[in-house]
Amino acid sequence: MSQPTQEEEILAQQALAEAAGAEAGSEATGGLSQGQIVRKRFFGHTGALIGLAVFAAIFLLAFTSVGAFGIPGWWKYNHTDVSPLVNDGVPTSSLWPLAWGEHPFGQDRIGRDLFAMTMRGAQQSITVMVLIGAIAGAVGAIVGGLAGYFRGWVEAVLMRLTDVIIIIPVLLLAAVVGQIANRRDEGSWIASFASNNGVVILGVFLGFVLWVGLARLVRGEFLTLREREFVDAARISGASNARIIFKHILPNAVGVLIVNVTLTMSAAILLETALSYLGLGVKAPDTSLGLLVAQNQEAFATRPWLFWFPGLFIILICLSINFIGDGLRDAFDPRQKKFKAKSAVETSSHSSTTAPVADASKGS
Amino acid sequence: MTDNASPEPEATRLETASDKTAPGSVVLEVRDLSVDFGVDKKWVPAAIGLNYEVRAGEVLAIVGESGSGKSASSMALLGLLPSNSRVRGSVKLSGKELLGEKSGNIREVRGKDVAVIFQEPMTALNPVYTVGAQIVETLRLHNSISPDEARQRAVRMLELVELPDPEKAFKSYPHQLSGGQRQRAMIAQSLSCDPKLLIADEPTTALDVTVQAEILDLMRNLRNKLDSAIVLITHDMGVVADLADRIAVMRKGVIVESGTAQQIFSNPQHEYTQALLAAVPHLGQGADSTDVDVTAALAAATHTELESVDHDELVRRERENQAALKAAAEEAAKPRGEPVLELVDVAIEYPKQGRVPAFRAVEGANLVIYPGQVVGLVGESGSGKTTIGRAAVGLLPVAAGSMRVVGQDISAAKRNGKQLHEVRRDIGMVFQDPSSSLNPRLPIGESIGEPMFLAGVAKGVNLQKRIETLLDQVELPRGYRNRYPHELSGGQKQRVGIARALSLQPKLMVADEPTSALDVSVQAKVLELFQNLQRELGFACLFVTHDLAVVDVLADRICVMQRGRIVEQGTREQILRNPQEPYTQRLLAAVPLPDPEKQRERRELRAQLMAAGIE
Repeated sequence: MSQPTQEEEILAQQALAEAAGAEAGSEATGGLSQGQIVRKRFFGHTGALIGLAVFAAIFLLAFTSVGAFGIPGWWKYNHTDVSPLVNDGVPTSSLWPLAWGEHPFGQDRIGRDLFAMTMRGAQQSITVMVLIGAIAGAVGAIVGGLAGYFRGWVEAVLMRLTDVIIIIPVLLLAAVVGQIANRRDEGSWIASFASNNGVVILGVFLGFVLWVGLARLVRGEFLTLREREFVDAARISGASNARIIFKHILPNAVGVLIVNVTLTMSAAILLETALSYLGLGVKAPDTSLGLLVAQNQEAFATRPWLFWFPGLFIILICLSINFIGDGLRDAFDPRQKKFKAKSAVETSSHSSTTAPVADASKGS
Repeated sequence: MTDNASPEPEATRLETASDKTAPGSVVLEVRDLSVDFGVDKKWVPAAIGLNYEVRAGEVLAIVGESGSGKSASSMALLGLLPSNSRVRGSVKLSGKELLGEKSGNIREVRGKDVAVIFQEPMTALNPVYTVGAQIVETLRLHNSISPDEARQRAVRMLELVELPDPEKAFKSYPHQLSGGQRQRAMIAQSLSCDPKLLIADEPTTALDVTVQAEILDLMRNLRNKLDSAIVLITHDMGVVADLADRIAVMRKGVIVESGTAQQIFSNPQHEYTQALLAAVPHLGQGADSTDVDVTAALAAATHTELESVDHDELVRRERENQAALKAAAEEAAKPRGEPVLELVDVAIEYPKQGRVPAFRAVEGANLVIYPGQVVGLVGESGSGKTTIGRAAVGLLPVAAGSMRVVGQDISAAKRNGKQLHEVRRDIGMVFQDPSSSLNPRLPIGESIGEPMFLAGVAKGVNLQKRIETLLDQVELPRGYRNRYPHELSGGQKQRVGIARALSLQPKLMVADEPTSALDVSVQAKVLELFQNLQRELGFACLFVTHDLAVVDVLADRICVMQRGRIVEQGTREQILRNPQEPYTQRLLAAVPLPDPEKQRERRELRAQLMAAGIE
């Protein structure tokens, strides 16, 4: 029943005017699906594109330089090689003249190459982040969505399950899982797998723990969205429950979902550090970004580069993920508009005078 | 208001407040007021160079469509605009400049000297405090008085706004009151500090017609009692007809015409004013028949005499009604074919949720709709009319009785079962709130195409063609199909809703208050479109609305609902010309007329109806 506010009114008029202008250029507008439009909007978002580019660059650099999955990389050292100290371990790279040098990021006390270690760490951290994001996001969205949409006993069961997982401390669970995964003497496949891919186990495990917060948020969103009339409209159109959940409600809840997934992914790096310290996941001689920072924090006064480079990569990865998340959210939400008063330009036509421009296109 | 702290005699306080401006003096003076909103790095003007003044005891109505800047300019008086706005010009309240004031000073003015009545009382009142507590808060913020005294004054305010049980209302939470009572409480709160200026921003838009009439009565009484200056903001010319002294018509941020109410209504100069007046749906302007003189009909049905209308003339008007009624009865006897919707003794319940017991919203409803027929379902909110509409499309289960839709009995159908799925291919539904009924994340083309896609009627290029045809039918440009709902105006969104409902070429269309969220002028256009489409495509329609005037334009038959029961049904002519039930008569009398003269007649009649003990 509510009347739109003046501001919304103006936004609508503005959009009409813009679209009318765009139409003049290309007369024939074919119908686009929601997916196509979201993609178009995402690739029109500068921040998201930069984020995506940075993330892709780090991803490529990390996985090609020191190699992964048994394929050797192009960098001459790997994270376990010990070589004689060059220049007392100080980074050999310089901006002017631009040079790479023997050990661009420097070496640690015993002569391991920090570039190789950082790249290996970035691999590990990215793996954990992506696994956690994907698993927690999917499980959280599905559990929260089902609970919020169906209510009744489905909700009761799923939400009590969520409550149970929430009250168990993550660290305690992690320690137990770590112990089970670490029984190498048994020689079972899981143990051998875990010894080589500790970080995958860690990512999967954290993913299956961290979905709970997300599920509650998504459920809340679903509870309000399911009462909206467009859900009834979809039902009358003959849409099945699955279609209503995934096509109609989920895109509307996607803002909450994406923001929280990206935040969870950023926090995952630190969580991974803590858990690696406890003995689950990444273990020396293998390394991760969080572990590198944690190990080298005492060297901050004497060998600061040991701290700076892994830290820089943590920041770059987290920022780019957050920018991508921002871009995704804006792409899904057609209402995003920002305004700065100082850079504003004067216009003389009233907000509603733009409407006839749009109306004029009716005739054509 | 420190000099008011000394307790004065209670009953007379309102009239004799010492700091009151002298009667007739200018309370509000607005000069060259301009409001801009910043959008996309541009300042877009919402109001341009407004000039007006309001005197004490006077009602100025600012009328215009949504987006005309009427609300924005009025909120600018109090500095209540969002941060991306800019206000220029001069606003003087009793000679004191308000614009450019520090926020602390303007806070003093708000509530004490200037009060606002908002559109939606449910959201304007804080749900976690009692109504009384909120009034006491306002009182004690601006006056140094004891809690007890504030309480007494609050109860007196509630009495003043004619709440039936002020003591009880004082202790009630907003959700425990009805919409009309809430708006009364809201008015009590805004009047509690005896403001010099009262801004009423669409005070009755969210209310039923009958409640609206009551609130307007109340405001009229209060104006006589209080001597405040009132600025009434509305889009409905019918509302201002007998309340406003002067009217300013706004369009695109500019006042295009202003004058006394008499001038505006009897001799509108600007074409926009004329269009606004023409857009108000009033009873008796049905499409293909002569006008219905409702005043006369009501007078006849209730055997009352009006002082303001000559007796002979009334008799003549009644006779005309009788003749038209006979003609309509003959037409109604024609054969019609298989009914599209048939309700026999239907009861509908909202199932119990947690501790809230099941609630029977509709009881013993009988209703038949034949192909090509438009049936209007009218009643106040809470009367169960929407419930019937939703049950007809299978969104609510039928608790008792039998409901046949397009030849199938769906009273026992399973929720989301196969049978409902099939039946829904022959039903379309238009929802009340166009912004809520379209998925905000779906381009409208997809929203329109979804029923066809899901029914497997069309796909790919074929589907796109069908969408284009539908957009043409509802007179929207084809290029709109990639727009999101928020990029369309309210009327355009409702056109999209209609296009979606039509997409499967339904035999039955259920329209649930499709125009109640729209401006009057937009409503007129949407109704016209709807009428044309109905004539062209020949679907049967259940048209749910609270506005008798709207249904009058469209419907062949009218059902009147009250408290979950259909109290009266018949052809449009029967209901409008010869209403039998007192409730129907009351509904009819409450519809405002865009004409101060006729409205006065109507009001007198309404007063007599009420006096005759009609509940």
